[in-house]
Parts: sequence; structure tokens; C-alpha cells
Amino acid sequence: MDVARLVELNAAYARVIDNAEFEEWPKLFHDPCLYKVTTAENVARGMEGGLIYADTRGMLEDRIASLRKVNIYEGQRYRHIVGLPVVLGQANGAANVETPFLIVRIMRDGTMDMFATGCYRDKVTPDAAGALRFAERIVVCDGRRFDTLVAIPF
Amino acid sequence: MDTHLDIGVWPENSLARVPYWVYQDEANYKREMQRLFEGATWNFVCLEADIPSKGDYRTNQLGDMPVIVVRDASGAINCFENRCAHRGALIAFDDGGNVQNNFKCIYHAWSYDLCGNLRGIAFEKGINGVGGMPKEFSRETFSPRKLRTTTLCGLVFATLSADTPPIEDYIGADVLGRITRVLNRPIRVMGRFVQPLPNNWKLYVENVKDTYHASLLHTFLATFRISRLTQGGGVLVSPDGGNHSSYTIAIPEGANATAYKDQQIRTDQQGRFALADPSVLESVEEFGDHIQLQILSVFPAFVVQQIYNCLAVRHVVPRGPDKMDLVWTYFGFTDDPPEMNRRRLKQQNLVGPAGFISMEDGCVGGFVQRGTAAAPDQVSVIEMGGSAAESQATRATEASVRGFWKAYRRHMGY
Repeated sequence: MDVARLVELNAAYARVIDNAEFEEWPKLFHDPCLYKVTTAENVARGMEGGLIYADTRGMLEDRIASLRKVNIYEGQRYRHIVGLPVVLGQANGAANVETPFLIVRIMRDGTMDMFATGCYRDKVTPDAAGALRFAERIVVCDGRRFDTLVAIPF
Repeated sequence: MDTHLDIGVWPENSLARVPYWVYQDEANYKREMQRLFEGATWNFVCLEADIPSKGDYRTNQLGDMPVIVVRDASGAINCFENRCAHRGALIAFDDGGNVQNNFKCIYHAWSYDLCGNLRGIAFEKGINGVGGMPKEFSRETFSPRKLRTTTLCGLVFATLSADTPPIEDYIGADVLGRITRVLNRPIRVMGRFVQPLPNNWKLYVENVKDTYHASLLHTFLATFRISRLTQGGGVLVSPDGGNHSSYTIAIPEGANATAYKDQQIRTDQQGRFALADPSVLESVEEFGDHIQLQILSVFPAFVVQQIYNCLAVRHVVPRGPDKMDLVWTYFGFTDDPPEMNRRRLKQQNLVGPAGFISMEDGCVGGFVQRGTAAAPDQVSVIEMGGSAAESQATRATEASVRGFWKAYRRHMGY
């Protein structure tokens, strides 16, 4: 799989979140899919639980609907810095890809914090139109501490 | 009018008033460490499932005091202060693991058995008869402080005090029954997350005990009828006030069904908000008693939660007067079939730092901490349902919050 296309997919992913175009975010996934936010520690111990766990695009859309209309939290946004993807293996048109990330959280008062670092462990395949989409995106955070709350997806 | 209250002074002898200095004052925080966490209370230290075999240990904290909890060769669980008798370094500086027969401090290699007894001192006799410890040095008098431990349904608690009553008496029969209904067989840990919160630890504990706020702050609860005050349910408060269990029963609301709409309460959004994939809320009756939501606390800082099929324990760890860590441990049972495991994984979306329901609890304590910054001499009003701290067959009450303050004031001598 062309690394340049994976870079493009990751750039689009980071951009829709950081620009608060959240409704575009689920469109980067297949349906069904698997999106999970967890920690390196949980993965190492074989523990499946996640901060966020979605196995359909509908569940991703519900996350966005909830953060837009339901949940109460102080104004904030993210800045993703996404590293270069490494293709770990390919089979039947699907690529296993690992990409490091860093997320800075910017609060409404301008406070910036290093909010999360980690790596995306992805399974990427093209959709019917040939566009690359995530069949799986496991967000493996390096740390286990999540300050105050996580409203916006990683 | 001068409303100034001195720090350490309770405004009036009412459980329905709490002064704001109690969330801010450094000296009060130190007093809490001594009188609550190191006092006659049972403190959660780990799950039995964390330390199944000989030599398995976990580290944790009772307030500011670091402890090691370890299973010994006889199968007993021991707990002792994680502080080397020599120079005070941490004896274990990780989250847990396994040791064969002893812990060894890395600083000067003093070693401890699995009961916390000081066993070995490197170069105790010196070298070639020179140096070493004095002959009269007594190892027995220099061991780390030992705690008593007790287990309950797979939970491990520890106390420093000889006066803490047996755990069953400490919790009280009513609340105890609500622990045993959930933790009725061996559990399996599904994940751990830590949520640092920008507020005093008591603001979170009050939030847990506050049955009044849940469906008002959390839109998700009310919209999907997970927990509304108009549904069946109530709150149990232990006789000493410190422990509670609130519950929601899965029965229709009848005549009260429109109460939220009638009062134009923000969290009633039914019809305006619907899930694209409602599988997150697909639950099965698991405990045979129609209780679909139960939040339970054990004084001072431990919570057991059942929200549908989503089970977790939460440990509140103070980090100074204005910070705390909330440690989440999600669990299921060792005999969960795959479909129950999947259900739990989905419902874990409801809780934790990113929980549809519980994320608001992460910020609301900070709002109080900031809102009261200039008002240490003012008081909060905790008067819903009266001023007593007894069990009530409604959740439109703050009885269990008052219960917390009843126990708090007794332990603190206020």
C-alpha cells in the first residue's frame, strides 16, 4: 500500500478533528469497523476494555452527536501531530499500519497541555470507490492518565 | 454583616451546611490524612484478582501513604507501608508484580519478607569486622508500619487502626447486601484508566453520593431513561452515614413520566436526540432483581458501580487539597460468555473519562473548586430531602451526601 496515501488519510483524519468538522470523522471508517481508545498497559495485559469502543459507524456518529448536543464540558479543541505511518504487513488488500501521534489540548482560556501521545494501530482497506478507510483504528495511548475528561475523539 | 468563618470552624451544627474551606485548606487536608485515611476506616487497596498467587503484589495509597499489598505463602494478604525502614525510600516503585520471598529496597538493599518484616541488612556486620550496624540494633523495631487487611467479595481493604470494626459492620447490612448482589462470583479485570481531576477529593465523593444531580447534569441518563428521578429507586445510607447505595429500578414511570418535560429540564431531550446505533444500551437483566443502575460507596473513598451490564470499581486518591486521581477498574466475570463480554465493552462507553454519562462528573468538581475559590467562609446548601442522613425511597434527596458529612465530622472531630 502506498505510504503517501496513508499519510493523506492520516492528515485528513487529524484535520477533521482539529478543525471540529466532527461529522466528517465517521466517514473515514468502514461500516462495520472497530475504533477503540485504550492504553499500552491494557494492551500489554490483554485487557480489552476501552475509554471509547465503537464497532459500527453508527456508534461513531453517536459519539459526535453526543459531544455536539448532549454532553457538557468546557470549550476545548485538539491539535494532532501525526508521525509517519509504518506498514507492518499486508494481506488481501488490507494493510496493518502503525502511526505515532501527539495531541495537544487547547482550552477555551488558551491553556495548552500535552494531552495524549501514543500510536494508532490500524487496519486500512479501500472502499468501493477506492478511497482508503479504516477497518480498524486502535488508539493505544502511551500513558494511562486522562485529564478531567475526554470529549473529543483521539 | 460579618459572615466570616474561621478555618476549621463548622458554621452551625447541621449536616445540611458545609463550609468551603473544607475543600481548600492545607491543614485540614493533613488532618484528613491522619484521621481518615490512617484512621479507623477501611481503604480499598486492590482486587483479589490482582494478586492471585504467592508473591503477587500491588502498590497503592491510603491517602498520601504509599502501601504494598501482597499475598504470602499461606495465601494470606498482607499490607504494609511502602517505606524502607532505613532511609524511607519506596520499597517497591512499580504498580505491582511478583516477588519470590522478599522485597529488596534498591537504595541500600535492605530486605523485607512478605509480611513486611525487616529481614536483611546489607553488610550488617560490616567488612572484616569494621563498619556495619551496631550489635544492639533491633530489626524488629524498625519495620514499616503494618496494616490490617480484610477481603470482601474479591475486594481487598486495609486499615492502620486497631479500632476499625469488621468490614461487614463497618459497611452495614443494607449497603453490604448491595455489594454482594453484584460481586457474587470471581471477576475478570477488563481495563484500567486514571482520570486526574482538578478538585478536592471530597467533591468527587459527594458527586458519587448525590442522587439528585445524576439525571439533571447527565443528559444521556434522562434522555434514554437509564435513570430519572421519576423512575423507581431510592438510596440506602448506612447507620453511621458513611456508606451508601443508590439504585434505579427498571419499571415504568406512570403518572410522573412527564415531570421532566413539565419543568423544562435541559436533560430531557427525548425525541430530539436518538442514537444511530442503540446497541450501546442493549442490556440484559443480570442480577435478577430489576435494579438497572446502582452506585455504591464505602467511606471514605471507594465506589462500586453497576450501570446496566457495565461494572467497575473506582478508587478516589487525594493528591493535595485541590487535586485527585480517580482510578477506574472495569471488570466482568470469569464466566462471561462472549456476547456478555461484548455487551460490557460497548457499555463501557457510558463511564470513565470519556463516558457518555460520567464525563460531566470529571469537570463539575473543578467548577465548584473554582467557583468557591474566594469563599472559604461561605457554605454549601445540602438540604434536598431535609437535613437527616437516613435511607429514603426517593433519589430527589441529598440524604447520602449528608451521610458523608456525618461520618466525616465524626472521624475528623468537627
